Amino acid sequence: MKNNNFKLLSLGLITGIINGLFGSGGGMIIVPALGYFLGLKEYKAHATAISIILPITIISTIVYFLSNSISIATSLFVMAGSLLGSYIGAKSLKKIPSKILSKAFGCVIIYTALRMIFQ
Amino acid sequence: MKLILIGLFSGIISGMGIGGGVILIPSLVLLSNIEQIQAQGINLVVFIPSAVIALITHNKEGNLDSKHNKKIIIGGLTGAIIGSLLATQIEENNLRSYFGIFLLGVGIYELFKKNRS
Repeated sequence: MKNNNFKLLSLGLITGIINGLFGSGGGMIIVPALGYFLGLKEYKAHATAISIILPITIISTIVYFLSNSISIATSLFVMAGSLLGSYIGAKSLKKIPSKILSKAFGCVIIYTALRMIFQ
Repeated sequence: MKLILIGLFSGIISGMGIGGGVILIPSLVLLSNIEQIQAQGINLVVFIPSAVIALITHNKEGNLDSKHNKKIIIGGLTGAIIGSLLATQIEENNLRSYFGIFLLGVGIYELFKKNRS
């Protein structure tokens, strides 16, 4: 049980550091980890991950805000688009097979990553 | 207008189970000349309302399994403070490169992961 506590705390710690450091990406760690360590099914892992990332994100937002790293006006524009986009996505895009999707995204993400590194 | 479109696109993508930030942050940096730290900040703010809406829905449908959440979140909040303080201290070009390296890992993972169901 002690061992388990240590695992859970470390898992949270790593997720928090990544999510704070990169302003994103916590889900990439915690979703597979919830499946792997706690045996959650994928849909439950996704849902539960949000309940873990939300408080982490709120704390990170506060730290960013206090160091003047957040532009509220810009955020509101992006947020308007994003909320509309999630609505459209939820209504229309469930049928694309996820295997093809993740391969296509993998390629796009790798290309983008190289541009970010070598810009 | 460009900002709204970038938001729209990343919102659509995030519904497909791939983190919206992975698309949103590079789009803001590469297409809109926004600083890396600012882009990360925007992503944090944008995540909050959609996460609240998603949580309400998931909670109604009984998809949450939160019995281990307390410990994970305690670790998580500590990590979040450390990570965020680091992010605000790291020089712009370096932060962008580190983000790129992280992104590269995410891309390779997406490419080679096996689908669970």
